[in-house]
Amino acid sequence: MEYEPVIGLEIHAELATKTKLFCSCSTKFGASPNSQVCPICMGLPGVLPVVNEKAVEHMIITALALNCTITRQTKFDRKNYYYPDLPKNYQISQQYFPFAKDGFLEIKLLGDEKKKIGIGNIHLEEDAGKNIHLENGKASLVDLNRTGIPLVEIVTKPDLRSPEEVEIFMDTLRDILLYTEVSDCKMEEGSLRFEANISVREKGQTHLPPRVEIKNLNSFKIVLLAIKHEIERQTKMLEKKEKVLQETRLWDEEKQITRLMRSKEEAHDYRYFPEPDLPPLFISEEEIEKIKKEMPELPNVRKERFITKYRMNEYDSRIILSDKETADFFEECLKLGENVYPGTSIFSKDIANWIAGPVTRYLNEHNTPLSKTQITPQYLVELISLVNKGLINQNTAKNILPEILEKGKAPQEIVKEKGLIQVTDEEEISQAVDKILKENQQVIDDFKKGKTNAFSFLVGQVMKSTKGKANPQTVNKLLKQKLEIL
Amino acid sequence: MKNIINKKDVEYVARLSRLKLKGEQTEKFTRQLNTILEYIEKLNELDTSKTEPTSHVVPLRNVRRKDFQKPSPTVEEVLKNAPDKERGYFKVPPIIE
Repeated sequence: MEYEPVIGLEIHAELATKTKLFCSCSTKFGASPNSQVCPICMGLPGVLPVVNEKAVEHMIITALALNCTITRQTKFDRKNYYYPDLPKNYQISQQYFPFAKDGFLEIKLLGDEKKKIGIGNIHLEEDAGKNIHLENGKASLVDLNRTGIPLVEIVTKPDLRSPEEVEIFMDTLRDILLYTEVSDCKMEEGSLRFEANISVREKGQTHLPPRVEIKNLNSFKIVLLAIKHEIERQTKMLEKKEKVLQETRLWDEEKQITRLMRSKEEAHDYRYFPEPDLPPLFISEEEIEKIKKEMPELPNVRKERFITKYRMNEYDSRIILSDKETADFFEECLKLGENVYPGTSIFSKDIANWIAGPVTRYLNEHNTPLSKTQITPQYLVELISLVNKGLINQNTAKNILPEILEKGKAPQEIVKEKGLIQVTDEEEISQAVDKILKENQQVIDDFKKGKTNAFSFLVGQVMKSTKGKANPQTVNKLLKQKLEIL
Repeated sequence: MKNIINKKDVEYVARLSRLKLKGEQTEKFTRQLNTILEYIEKLNELDTSKTEPTSHVVPLRNVRRKDFQKPSPTVEEVLKNAPDKERGYFKVPPIIE
């Protein structure tokens, strides 16, 4: 029997506002406990919440990016439950008129196949605080700094069919939230959190079996591990003709399994009712249109454009589109490049290679974003044209890159200062080759015996003796010629 | 008096509200709540089939504020009324997951 998983996700993302959803406390991460709270988010009696307009804006952007229909008259509801991290004893959420619904997100599967993943609804709610459980088990400590931070909850339809699809979906969604600056998506700071609903059925069936909800998924890696484990667990049960029950499970990081969450039956009786302290929210056509006009091109759309228009490969596009800043930098370079090399797609390939290659390598090694370096699109274009005009070779260019990134010096200036102009004069290179050959009789013998790395050693020696300025192609050509007649 | 809710309902609501009711209290509250609900039931006599559901009676809408940060009270002030505290945190009875 063949089985298939049916997976839906619930995503919570903290919205990138400066202040909380219903009060003017800071949302900054990492502040000392209870230093960013006020009577409103502490739930003291007699206070009135007021909606943050920026949070509403972020919601409209999210709704548009996920192709949802925006609810024009939306309101808030109280979700009642008792837990010390929520001092009001209810969370303000949106149960009956979610902010937007019926959308989709198109993901690109391997092999260029596209698939639309349905979005059931997205709604706005407030985050809860943080509990720390003392090791002696005698007390818990509560920090309310996170209480009241705006969250968007995105609920997908059960359209995902494999852990691979889940991974692509999560990547695509995160890119969009980052790109539109709706959320900073820092999983390690809890800005992005996932829950998964999973069931397994015989392939070909269309009914939805009882689903198992998995909570406590704190990283992309754990989401995938937990889903894989849960698919396996349910498949084994079905093979043994056991019944899978609807239940909530937790990811157990230590044992690397999902385990049943202990909970009383009535735990889900949230007794929702309309929030009387917040008047309804009307979203106007003008408001939506205005935001639509100001929205940046979405990363998935931009990627499509980069691939078709600039013939960028998948790898390069992934790196260049990983954040908006890098993608903007790339396009800025292209605009400048147009003046130097009108209408050449070769040039766009060069820029892509440089950004995805040496520049990204430097950024990773130094763990720094592009914005913190001194390089400008002008400098990168200048550097590439120095190589393309044959004035310096690729290696020299790579060697001076750190200086451009760190000091913001113009490539031409560095080249002039250090005398790095490439030697293309065959006569000069020929002399250098002769000198190296004379000094390395043993290596020549090795080469004649078929040792291939002897040749690259000789190339290296010639390059070294010319301080890396010799044109590598010419060195190769001359070395080959000379070795043949030796 | 009508029996709109029974003892079981009251016990359930008490549990949800984390209230411990003593013996005769359950009976007493069942009786009292039934009286209240019976009174409220009068509203059901009205024909509301043509009325839009109302969540708010005040004709307010779209009250929003700017995303401007304002200073929060000091931690000392925040924790002033807390029954128990430790290192800037509220200290509460242990939470069992």
